[in-house]
Amino acid sequence: MYGKKVKLRFIFLSSIFLILILSVFLILKSLEENVVYFISPSEIKSLNEIDNNKKIRVGGMVKKNSIQMNQNTINFVITDFKNEINVIYSGAIPNLFGEGKGVVAEGFLNDRSYLKAKKILAKHDENYMPPEVKEALEEKN
Amino acid sequence: MIASKLGYYSLLLGFAISSFLLFYSLNSFKKKKLSIGSNLVSVMSIQLFSVFLSFVSLIYCFLISDFSNETVYNNSHTTKPIFYKISGSWGNHEGSLLLWLLVLTLFIFLFVIFSKKQPIKYRFLTIFFQQLIITGFFLFLILTSNPFNLLLPVPKEGLGLNPILQDPALAIHPPILYLGYVGTSIIFSASLSSLVNKNVNSDWAKHVKKWTLLTWVFLTIGILLGSIWAYYELGWGGFWFWDPVENVSLIPWLCLTALLHTLTVLEKRNLLKSWTMILSIATFTFSMSGTFLVRSGILNSVHTFANDPERGIFILTFLFILVFLSVILFFSYQENDKNAQNQIHVFSRETSILVNNWFMMYFLSVVLIGTIYPIFIEVLINEKISIGPPFYNKLLIPFLIPFLIFMSIGPNFRWIKDNFKKINYLRIFLFIICLSLSYFIIKDTSLSILISTIFGGSAIYLFLTTVKDLFRKKLLIAQSISHFGFSLFILSILFNSIFSNEFSANMKIGEEFKYKNESIKFLNLKTFEKDNYKSLVANFEIVNSNSSVSMFPEVRIYNEPNILTSEADIITSVFADKFIVMNLIKGEEIFNVRYQTKPFMIWIWMSTILIALGGLVSLFKKKYE
Repeated sequence: MYGKKVKLRFIFLSSIFLILILSVFLILKSLEENVVYFISPSEIKSLNEIDNNKKIRVGGMVKKNSIQMNQNTINFVITDFKNEINVIYSGAIPNLFGEGKGVVAEGFLNDRSYLKAKKILAKHDENYMPPEVKEALEEKN
Repeated sequence: MIASKLGYYSLLLGFAISSFLLFYSLNSFKKKKLSIGSNLVSVMSIQLFSVFLSFVSLIYCFLISDFSNETVYNNSHTTKPIFYKISGSWGNHEGSLLLWLLVLTLFIFLFVIFSKKQPIKYRFLTIFFQQLIITGFFLFLILTSNPFNLLLPVPKEGLGLNPILQDPALAIHPPILYLGYVGTSIIFSASLSSLVNKNVNSDWAKHVKKWTLLTWVFLTIGILLGSIWAYYELGWGGFWFWDPVENVSLIPWLCLTALLHTLTVLEKRNLLKSWTMILSIATFTFSMSGTFLVRSGILNSVHTFANDPERGIFILTFLFILVFLSVILFFSYQENDKNAQNQIHVFSRETSILVNNWFMMYFLSVVLIGTIYPIFIEVLINEKISIGPPFYNKLLIPFLIPFLIFMSIGPNFRWIKDNFKKINYLRIFLFIICLSLSYFIIKDTSLSILISTIFGGSAIYLFLTTVKDLFRKKLLIAQSISHFGFSLFILSILFNSIFSNEFSANMKIGEEFKYKNESIKFLNLKTFEKDNYKSLVANFEIVNSNSSVSMFPEVRIYNEPNILTSEADIITSVFADKFIVMNLIKGEEIFNVRYQTKPFMIWIWMSTILIALGGLVSLFKKKYE
C-alpha cells in the first residue's frame, strides 16, 4: 500500500516537472517567434538583409502632403526627418492619424523603401506620442 | 481656494491619525490588550471621514471649476458637462490616488466593524499592517502628488479632460476597479497578521474568504467595465487587446481566483496554509506593481496621466519594503504543515483545486512574461519590441483545453478521497458528441480543424456539465453560477472569434459597397455644434438579403483640448452586434469606414456578470454547504 503511494507521488511529481519544462520551453519559443521589433526608417536603410516574412513596426511622423487615398487603400510616407519609407495600408485607421502627426505602422517590408502595413496603431490623445517617435524627434533636435 | 485648503488640511489630519494608529495598534498587540475599545473605532472613523472630506473637497473644486487648484486646471474645463466634471476628479493621477486612499481607509474601517468574532491580537495586527500601507500612500500623495496644489495667478480656463475619458462607463470604471485592486490590501494585511499570530486555519479561511469574494467581485466588474468601454470607444470592435495596461489588471485577477479556490481547501481541510499565504502576498504585490507600471509611465497608455520618475521610484521603494517585510515574516513564522495524516489524495477535490491553481499560475506567468518582457529587453539591450495577441493565443489556447476538461470533472470529486472508477462511459460518450458537434460548427471555417474542434468540444462539454450542476447542486449554487458563467464566457468568445466579420473602406457620401451578402451605403452626413465639440453624424444603410438597418456613426471634434474622437454606432441583438465606426483622415470628404459583425458580444458581457454574480451570491449566503 505504502509502495503504491510513493509510486503515485513519484509519477505525480515527475509529470509536474515535465509540464514545467515543457511550458517554459513553449513560452520561450513563442516569445522568439512573436516578438515584433521596432525600427526607424533610418535603421531600415542600413539593414543588411531584408526578411519579407518578419513582422516589424516602423515609427515616425506622417510626412506633410503625403497621404493619398482611394477606396481600398491608403498610401503615406513615414519620416524620421533623415530617411523616409512608403507605406501602403488597407483597413481601419485610428482616430488621431493625420499628416504631421506621429504614427506607428506594423507590417512586412517589401524592400528598403516600401512597407505593406497590416495595422496602424492607435494613439490615445494628442499629448501622447509613441515613445519611439518621441525619441526619434528628440534625436533630430 | 477654501475647498482646496480644507482638503489639504484634512489630508494632513488623516496622515497624523494613521501614524498614531500605526503605533497604537502595534503597541496594543504587544501589550496583549484584551479588547478593541470604541475609542479606536471612533479614531478610525475620523480617519475615514478626513479622507472622505478631502475627496469631497476635490470634487467640489472640480464642480465649481476652481482653477486655483492645479489638478482642476490640468484636467477640467468650464464647458464640460457636470457629470464629467465630477468623474474628472478621479480621472487624473492625483485624484485617482486620493480615491485609492479613500478605499484603503474604507476597507480597514469595515474590517474592524465586521471582524468582531476574530481574535483580538489578529485584529490589532491587521490594523497595523493596513495602516502601514495607508501611511505609505498618504506620504506618496502629500509628497509627490498633492491634489491640492495652488496656482497663482489663477488661470481663467482649464486645460480640459481627454475626450475619450468623457464617457459614462469610464466614469464608474475607476472606482469599481479600485475597490477590487485596493481590496487586495486587506487580504494582504489579514494574511500577514494571521501568519504572525499563527491562526491560519479553517476559521480564518472562512472569515477572509468573504473579503476575498468582495474584492474579486469588484475586480471582475471593474475589468468588465473597462473592456466595454474599450469596445465602443476605441473603435477597434474588440473587447480585449492584450494591452499591457489590461494585462496588469488580469494578473491580480488570476491570482485572486486561485486564492479563492485555495481558501476553500484551507476552510474544509485545513491544508495548503503556506500556499494560501504566498497567493495573498502575491495578489497584493501584483496589484501594487501594476500600479507602479501604469503610473510611472513605463507603460504608455490612456491610464498614464503624468510621467514623473519621482513617483515611480516612490512606489517602487514602497513596494520593495512591503514585499521584503512580507517575505521575512513568511519565512520566520511559516508553520510546518507536513503532517503525514493530511496528505492530499490524488483523486480528491483538493487535488482538483490544486490543478486549477497550477493552470492559473501558468496563465499568470504567460501574461506576466508577455507584459514585462518588452520592458526588460528595452532596459537590457535597448531594443524596442512589442508582443501581440498571437503570443497569448498560442500559449494560452493549448492549455485552455485541458483546463476546460479538468474544470468539468474537478468540481465533482469528493473531498479527501474519491473513487477513480466513478468516471463512467456516459461522460466519454457525451464528450465525443460534443467533439462532433464542434466539428460540424467549425468545419466550414478557415481555422485549423484539429485544435479548434478539440477546443470547441471541450468548451461545449464544460458548458453542458455546468448547466447540469446549476440545476443539481442547490447547495453549491454560488460556485455553479460562476462556473456556468465562465463556460458561457469561453463559448461566447470562441464563437465571437470564429464568426466575426470585418470590412473596411474609404468612402465618400453616396458611395455603396458590397461585401459578402451585405451592402453598405453612405447616405448622408449632418453637422451639429455642441457645447464642447462639433459633431459629424453620418447615416449608413446596411442592407442584406432580408433586412435593412440605418446606422449613425459619429466623429466628434472637441474644442478643449482639440481632439478627434470616433463614436461607434452599435446595434446589439441576442445573436450578434453590428458595429460601425468612421474616421476622418484628410478634410471632411472621404471617410475611413469600418463595419463589423460581432456575434455573441452581449453574451460575453452577460457571462462576466454571471461570474461576478456567483461571487456575490456566495458573499451573502449565510451558510454554505
